Amino acid sequence: MSVLVFAESLTGSIKKVAQEAVAYGYQAAKAMGTECFALTIGKAEGAAELGKIGATKVYNVAASNDFDAQVYASIIAQAAEQLGASLIVFAHSSSGKSLAGRLAARFDGGLASAVISLPTVSGSNIVVRKSVFSGKAFANYELSGAKNVVTIAANTFRPEAVAADAIVETLSISANAGRVKVKSVNTVTGVVPLPEADMVVSAGRGMKGPENWGIVEELATVLGATTACSRPVADVHWRPHHEHVGQTGVAIRPTLYIAIGISGAIQHLAGVNQSKVIVVINNDPEAPFFKAADYGIVGDLFDVVPKMTEAIRKLKAQN
Amino acid sequence: MKILVCISQTPDTTAKIKFNAEQTQLDANGVQFIMNPYDEWYALVRAIELKEQLGGEVTVIHVGTVANDPTIRKALAIGADNAVRVDSEASSSLFTAKQIAAYAKGENFDIVFFGKETIDYNGSEVPAMVSELLDLPYISYGTEMTVAGNIATISRDIEGGKETVELATPFVISAAKGMAEQRIPNMKGIMMSKTKPIKVVPATANVNTSNIVKYEYPAEKKGCKMISADNIDELVSLLHNEAKVI
Ligand SMILES: Cc1cc2nc3c(=O)[nH]c(=O)nc-3n(C[C@H](O)[C@H](O)[C@H](O)COP(=O)(O)OP(=O)(O)OC[C@H]3O[C@@H](n4cnc5c(N)ncnc54)[C@H](O)[C@@H]3O)c2cc1C
Ligand SMILES: Nc1ncnc2c1ncn2[C@@H]1O[C@H](COP(=O)(O)O)[C@@H](O)[C@H]1O
Repeated sequence: MSVLVFAESLTGSIKKVAQEAVAYGYQAAKAMGTECFALTIGKAEGAAELGKIGATKVYNVAASNDFDAQVYASIIAQAAEQLGASLIVFAHSSSGKSLAGRLAARFDGGLASAVISLPTVSGSNIVVRKSVFSGKAFANYELSGAKNVVTIAANTFRPEAVAADAIVETLSISANAGRVKVKSVNTVTGVVPLPEADMVVSAGRGMKGPENWGIVEELATVLGATTACSRPVADVHWRPHHEHVGQTGVAIRPTLYIAIGISGAIQHLAGVNQSKVIVVINNDPEAPFFKAADYGIVGDLFDVVPKMTEAIRKLKAQN
Repeated sequence: MKILVCISQTPDTTAKIKFNAEQTQLDANGVQFIMNPYDEWYALVRAIELKEQLGGEVTVIHVGTVANDPTIRKALAIGADNAVRVDSEASSSLFTAKQIAAYAKGENFDIVFFGKETIDYNGSEVPAMVSELLDLPYISYGTEMTVAGNIATISRDIEGGKETVELATPFVISAAKGMAEQRIPNMKGIMMSKTKPIKVVPATANVNTSNIVKYEYPAEKKGCKMISADNIDELVSLLHNEAKVI
């Protein structure tokens, strides 16, 4: 028995979501009385450090970093057999979501996606928790397969140093030729991608126009936050599509979510109400978002946001 | 092009969610059910557009009971040619995927279309499962797709941007915003949908390895602390000292 974590490295290096998955695998293995192994595929800079955060062994399979779910799933399935995995862990990322179902189908395993709890062991089964119905409830899933699969929600499980770096061992599994040809990958550089961001500064139609976004970006910069937006703002191309959060956009769980000039419609909240702390800035005291917020300011965003940036800059200078 | 579109049904986002006393089951009383938006707006509409462009036919499949027939009729009204219903509650993702795969196996679809996820459980599980059961490539979160001959070029959402891939049919794809624009069924479509048959097929037996044992309601928010717009320093200090997030 073991816990096997797929530590993704599609860009050639181990990302935060992969470290979080290993942190989860480490804790899960402890709860299940077993060991946590990490599996990397292709080039994976930073793989050895997964040992430090709880993987007793780190493996690598030689293959292309171009993602093809069919090829990757086959590699991971063979690794799971070889390493006797009873739980397979993925990040709830675009690749994790494409793979988890494939592994569960292959092994007739139980699957729970975007889980937010460590497993509790119940006989030979495990129980994990996730958010359902747009954050209106939680569901506890009992997984009863011989090999179960979970994807874990981002920003939920923090890696901690528990051991030393591992030596990365090569696992000899041959990758099949894939049928998907990756033509191009275009991602933002220099900022943390939205699903992984710990802090998010988001703005809506209250901004009046794209030319006013400077104050939002400045606030994000002093905080080291990633910017996001409401759907209508992306629809009219004031902001790029990948910034759109909510039911139809990206669902996020940052530590801090600052909503500026966003009314707080249920479809928007569906993507952000799992945030740990929500700050709302709106000139309408009746804006529904205040009901979902932890801290609120009723005021004109064009006045409040620059002041907030200044105040945070001051705080950062003192600390 | 022979296209299969998998449609699910879900409570409307605005629905009030309640459970039975034991908190083991959704209390569907008074809940408005809709076709999952990603299936309706993006997967189904793009499938119909491809058929209009390239010829062929669009079949929709739904795993669910007769109570869900209005959702299937809506898909027919929007423009699907055929409909299949696997007559059973969709008791888990794997159960659902096995039903869809069992039907699709003999049919040689060029494209099997899904929504990116169902908005109730947000699992994004069924499409990946079906692609494995059919041993097909799978492109998730497609936002644009063009097809020339049997080669598709697809853009898909990835963290912080997009990826563009190329592959030959047959394949499985899940559709996200951008793939198509919502179509409202017109009168002709609605009339036609009433005459199209829904083929009902029995479910294949299966054991479930994922079961919801209990639902829980989230803790109430403690209430929003209001801070005066003239006192931004206080907000920042609360975020630093009380919430400890900055
Ligand atoms: C099926 C469906 C799916 C949807 N999916 C999403 C989704 O994924 N994400 C999403 O965001 N929306 C989604 N929507 C749309 C959603 O219902 C709302 O229409 C949308 O979130 C509103 O965006 P907004 O808050 O930016 O704009 P508005 O609702 O127009 O709100 C603007 C806010 O700014 C405030 N404001 C104006 N001027 C100022 C000022 N000077 N200072 C401070 N505050 C000011 C106003 O008081 C108001 O509250 C969806 C809708 C449907 C039907
Ligand atoms: N009961 C069902 N019948 C047919 N298709 C389904 C069903 N449930 C889910 N799907 C499809 O699978 C997609 C992803 O669903 P899920 O894995 O539940 O998030 C949906 O958008 C549908 O296309």
